[in-house]
Amino acid sequence: MPQYYIKLTVPQGKTAQYIALGRGWGKEFEFMVIILKAIMISGRTLGQGASLEAKMSPEFFNATSSCAISESDYNALGISGDENVLVRTEFGEVVLSARKDDGLPPGVIFIPMGPWANAVVGENTGGCGCPLFKGTEAEVEPTKTQVKDVCELFADLKRLAGEGS
Amino acid sequence: MIEEDVLCPFCGCLCDDLKVEVEEGRIVGVKRACRLGMSKFMGHERIVAPMVRRDGVLVETSYEEAYERAAEILKAAKRPLLYGWCSTVCETAKKGILLAEEVGGVIDSTATVCHGPSIIGIEEKGLAGSTLGQVKNRADLIVFWGANPAEAHPRHTLRYSSNSTGMFTPEGRGGRKVIVVDVRKTRTAKNADKFVLIRPGTDYEVIAALRMIVKGKGDLLPDAVAGIAKSDLEEVADMMKAAKFGAVLIGLGLTHSRGRYKNVDGALSLVADLNGFTKFVVLAMRGHYNVAGFGQVCAWETGYPMAVDLSRGAPYFNPGETAACDLLARREADAMMVVAADPASNFPRKTVEAMAEIPVIQVDPYPNPTTFIADVVIPTAVCGIEAEGTAYRMDGLSLRMKKVVDSVYPTDEEVVENILDRVRRLGDDN
Ligand code: SF4
Repeated sequence: MPQYYIKLTVPQGKTAQYIALGRGWGKEFEFMVIILKAIMISGRTLGQGASLEAKMSPEFFNATSSCAISESDYNALGISGDENVLVRTEFGEVVLSARKDDGLPPGVIFIPMGPWANAVVGENTGGCGCPLFKGTEAEVEPTKTQVKDVCELFADLKRLAGEGS
Repeated sequence: MIEEDVLCPFCGCLCDDLKVEVEEGRIVGVKRACRLGMSKFMGHERIVAPMVRRDGVLVETSYEEAYERAAEILKAAKRPLLYGWCSTVCETAKKGILLAEEVGGVIDSTATVCHGPSIIGIEEKGLAGSTLGQVKNRADLIVFWGANPAEAHPRHTLRYSSNSTGMFTPEGRGGRKVIVVDVRKTRTAKNADKFVLIRPGTDYEVIAALRMIVKGKGDLLPDAVAGIAKSDLEEVADMMKAAKFGAVLIGLGLTHSRGRYKNVDGALSLVADLNGFTKFVVLAMRGHYNVAGFGQVCAWETGYPMAVDLSRGAPYFNPGETAACDLLARREADAMMVVAADPASNFPRKTVEAMAEIPVIQVDPYPNPTTFIADVVIPTAVCGIEAEGTAYRMDGLSLRMKKVVDSVYPTDEEVVENILDRVRRLGDDN
C-alpha cells in the first residue's frame, strides 16, 4: 500500500505535511497529495536496450529518463502535462519525466536502468558485489524542474585541468 | 551480398540465425533480429579516434600514445581495477586476465552488477541446469521469475522457451504452461497462464513458502504469504509438480532485490526439491551476449568467475570486497580500465563519483558517459560484426562469432594486448 504525504491548510493559513495511507483518497477530501512514498525498481526496457550503445542519443534520453507510476498514484499526485517528477531516496535525487503504467501496482515506481535511475541507487552491495537496483524506498513529487540531459547529469563529474594525468 | 547464420552480439540469447545484407562493405539490412539486435547491427555513433585528457579536455591522439598512457596509468596504480569484458569476445577476456595479473590488479566483469548474485547462489547450492535446446524441445512448464524476456531478451520465448516449437513440444505455446512471478505486470506477464504479483523484496519468502507446499508442509503456512493467498501458491506448486519437464528462468528481479543471492539460492533449492517429483531445470537469463563467456574464461584461468583479486600472488575472490562497486565505494581502486562496458551509467552515483577521482582508461567502440570521466579513450571494432571471436550463450554453449564487415579500428583483443605489451616493457625498464 503506498503512502502519501498530504498538504492541507490548517486554521492559521499555514501548511503542514501529513502522512496518509493511500486508501481513502478522493475529491471529497480537502487535501492535495504532494509526495508519494514508493518502492523504486529499475530494469531493462526495449527502448533502453535499443539505445544502450547510443547513450548520447536523444533516443536513449527518451528511453531512460522517465519514471513509470501506477495510474492511481499518478492521479493522486495530480501531475499536470507540463510537469515532471522529482524522485528522492536516501542516496540522491533526480528529475524524470512521468509516465502512467497500468502494469505497476500502487506504491511501486519503475525507472529504466541507466544513469538517471542510478542517481538514486545506493552503493551498498550487501557483501555480494551487487547494489540494490530494485527495492529502494523513494519519495516522488511533481516538479516544474527540467530533466537533465546526459551531459548535464555528468557535468559536475568532469575533471578539471591536469587531474589524473 | 547476404551473410547467413550470423550471430547477434547483443543479448545472452546469442541468436545464431540472422541474415545480414552487406553492400560495399556496409551493413544495409538485417533479417530475423529483434529490435535490440537490429539496432546494434545498423550501427550507432562511434568514438572517432583515440583520445587522452589534456588540461581537462579529451584531445585526439595516436593509438601509440594512448597505449603508452594506459600502460603508465596501470603500472603506476597500486590497486588497479580492470572492469567490463562482457560485450566483447573471450579472446579479449583472456588477455585482460593476463594484464590484470601483470599489474597486480583486480579483474571484474559486469556480471557482478547483474547475475553475480546468481553465481554466488549457484556456488552455495549447485545448479540443476540444462541447455536452452532441452528447454525448447522438452519443457512443458516455463516459469519466468523476476525475468522479463519480452523486453530484455525479445526472441527468447520464440526461439528457446515458452513459445518455441521443439521435438517433443510440437504444439509450441499451446502445449505449454507459463507462470510469471514479478513485482509488476510486465509484457512477459501478459503471456502467462498464471501471473503471481509479489511485493518488491519478498521473493525469498514466496519461494520458501512454495518449497514448503512442494514438500508437503503447506499446512504450516498462514493464509497469505507476503500478501499472496496460500491458494495461489498451492496452484503454482500443483502446476509445477504436474509438469513433465519444468524450467525456471530467473532474472534480475531476484538478484537486484532484497535477498539477492539468497533469493537465487532459494530458487535453486526449489528446483532441487521439485526434482524429487519430476524433472526440473533452472537457468539464469544472462544479459550481455558474452557475460557468460567472461565467467568461463575467468573461472578456467583463475578458478573464480568474477571479482578476482590478482594482487596477492594467488587469485582471491570475495565479492563484497573485491567486486568493482565495492572497490569504488570504499575508494580503494586508484585506477580503472573499462573494457566494453559503461559503469558510469550502470553503477550507483556514489561509485561513479569515485571513478571520476581516479584515472580511467576506456576501451569501447561507442561513446558513453564513461567517456566523460575517462583519461584515455581507445576506440575499437565491434565484436561479432567487425571482429570475430568466441562467445558463450546464456546457457553456457560456446559459439563462434563472425566478422561481417571490415573496420578501421583495432579489435578489443589487439588493444588489450598492446597495453599488456607496454606494461611489460615498462616493467623491464624498472
Ligand atoms: S534476442 Fe538477443 S541475441 Fe536475439 S536478436 Fe534479439 S538482441 Fe540479438
